[in-house]
Amino acid sequence: MSPPFNQESYLNMELLRFTTAGSVDDGKSTLIGRLLLDCKAIFEDQLEAVEQTSRRKGFSHVDLSLVTDGLKAEREQGITIDVAYRYFATPKRKFIIADTPGHIQYTRNMVTGASTANLAIILIDARKGVVEQTNRHSFIASLLGIPHIIVCINKMDLVEYSEVVFEGIVQEYKKLSSKLDVKDVHFIPISALNGDNVVERSQNMDWYQGPTLLYLLEHVHITGDENHIDCRFPVQYVIRPQQKEFHDYRGYAGRIASGVFKPGDKVKVLPSGFAAQITAIHQVEHGELEALDEAFSPQSVTITLDTDVDISRGDMIVRENNTPTVGQDIDMMVCWMNDKKLVPNGKYAIRHTTKEARCIIKDVRYKVDINSLHRNEQDKEIGMNDIGRILIRTTVPLFYDSYRKNRITGSVILIDEGTNETVAAGMII
Amino acid sequence: MHYYHLSHLHQLESEAIFVIREAAAQFEHPVLLFSGGKDSIVMTHLAYKAFYPARIPFPLLHIDTGHNFPETIEYRDNLVNKLGVRLEVRFVQDSIDKGRATEEKGPNASRNLLQTVTLLDALEELKVDAALGGARRDEEKARAKERFFSHRDEFSQWDPKNQRPELWYLFNARRHAGEHFRIFPLSNWTELDIWQYIAMEKIELPNLYFSHERDCISRGNMILAKSDYLYLREDEKPQRMRVRFRTIGDMTCTGAVLSPAASIDDIIIEVAASRVTERGTRADDKRSETAMEDRKKAGYF
Repeated sequence: MSPPFNQESYLNMELLRFTTAGSVDDGKSTLIGRLLLDCKAIFEDQLEAVEQTSRRKGFSHVDLSLVTDGLKAEREQGITIDVAYRYFATPKRKFIIADTPGHIQYTRNMVTGASTANLAIILIDARKGVVEQTNRHSFIASLLGIPHIIVCINKMDLVEYSEVVFEGIVQEYKKLSSKLDVKDVHFIPISALNGDNVVERSQNMDWYQGPTLLYLLEHVHITGDENHIDCRFPVQYVIRPQQKEFHDYRGYAGRIASGVFKPGDKVKVLPSGFAAQITAIHQVEHGELEALDEAFSPQSVTITLDTDVDISRGDMIVRENNTPTVGQDIDMMVCWMNDKKLVPNGKYAIRHTTKEARCIIKDVRYKVDINSLHRNEQDKEIGMNDIGRILIRTTVPLFYDSYRKNRITGSVILIDEGTNETVAAGMII
Repeated sequence: MHYYHLSHLHQLESEAIFVIREAAAQFEHPVLLFSGGKDSIVMTHLAYKAFYPARIPFPLLHIDTGHNFPETIEYRDNLVNKLGVRLEVRFVQDSIDKGRATEEKGPNASRNLLQTVTLLDALEELKVDAALGGARRDEEKARAKERFFSHRDEFSQWDPKNQRPELWYLFNARRHAGEHFRIFPLSNWTELDIWQYIAMEKIELPNLYFSHERDCISRGNMILAKSDYLYLREDEKPQRMRVRFRTIGDMTCTGAVLSPAASIDDIIIEVAASRVTERGTRADDKRSETAMEDRKKAGYF
């Protein structure tokens, strides 16, 4: 299968971002290597390098997992340290893989990879079944609101391609997922090493009638993943050309977070609350302004309004009759991502859409034991890789929605004001 | 029910424009690193789209090795004129003359590594706090781990093991004095995406990218253009070849490919069928397995 080059097809290709999660030695890197190899996304010089390294290490086969190794330290230690991004395409879709490490101490990487994903592949070793890490990965996928999950039960070749083993794991996983908020779950028995049901249908599992992994990746219904109902436009940048021709032009540039905007729409500007009407929505085509009949997420556009109200970066343009919550006391789940633990009553910088403010941590309500999924209300110490529920108060009002409803206006990051490091990811409840 | 749908190229375009605007909003002195290669041309095109009808609110910075293809310089100057954008050029030769960099010797000598010295000096001189680059994650394994907003310490070093997590599209640009960021709006683009976008947008390119006849030599697996800067070994005799370039850097280390592809559509077909990465034509990456990682840590593009 070669990538598309015919213009009609590539102009209509969709984009799917997915993340992969598995424990150490579940064969995650091998699976990605297999997908890339069978979709012809590994080039000869890359394959040659991998073959050479495999030989040098004395392996009898080409170690496909080497394809995804990036940094020197990773190759030396044989582990993956950081999220790496991989790309491949079929005639139907272009794929972006956020390849995240399976090591327990790197939960923060999975959260990072999951934050922009439409789909998560969760790998389970057929010999081991559902393990603690599976709980962790599934919980994170649901917490980060990934709409689609594919559970790949790998290493089927090592359990004699047994349907009984597969069905047992499916049942076990369904018990787990019933406790989580996940909507669309699929199960596929695979062998990443041999390629069964990855790109090619397996010759060894006649009992499995479902799609291959690639088929599913190409056909999962993703057009409904965007929120096209609640109109939210965070103002990113104000465009004021200092040129004669555009003397009075004042455009509000940004990327539509959700919803569909049209010229003539009656809108409200937050935080001022001023009402206005959209006069035009522009993009730039062939060096000129092009007026759009409508614009929707995730398009980057420039909006002009009929009144000259004072609007700057961090403000939000919304529909008059559908507004986000405006408030300073915010309840959220956080994933902590820094060696320095959360400081109760500590102050942090906070980023939300295009707005930056400061906040104070008013309360830690509970910590989640992400292996058992229990709430712990006794031990509320939140450190690296912990997930908990907190209450914050911000210096200025934010305009937000719940993360469940809106992944853009429902998400924040917290920043340590001393080190400037990003210390937490927050999902508003 | 009517579904709103953006194609993959439009999604990538929207993402890149968002990142470029975010850089302009969060930094005081951004520059766009312009090499004359197709990726920096696409970046400039996107920056134009991000701010029009205003002009691009930051200058282009070209680190001139003195070993450029003449076509690159001509293209650059035309583009700058057309867009009305400011251009800053800093020369590797000046760094050599000042004794800040030492010319490499021998047949594989290149000024590729020396550029880092000139680049870092220029960033300091211009008080740059954000340098936008056209690097893509699909190019090379060390680049696959890059962030959109990539932090550099006061020595301009990249610390790949200790990068800030980057969540959703919430970019953390907070920095201490003396630190800066590298910004990569094209992170998620592949070589094929770049070409398809060039076709869709009808972006003009230097003719080096299209098939033409030129005197070249074969060295190892590489085809190098004959030029005043290329040191010829005794047994090397230039021959007339029909070639084009997949990437454009210095004349001394950019390999050509034998190709009849004369139009963008031809190139898209050729790239789609290609079995070798574009950086496979770059001698600078072939020096060692971690050549790019090592250069990036030291502050390279």
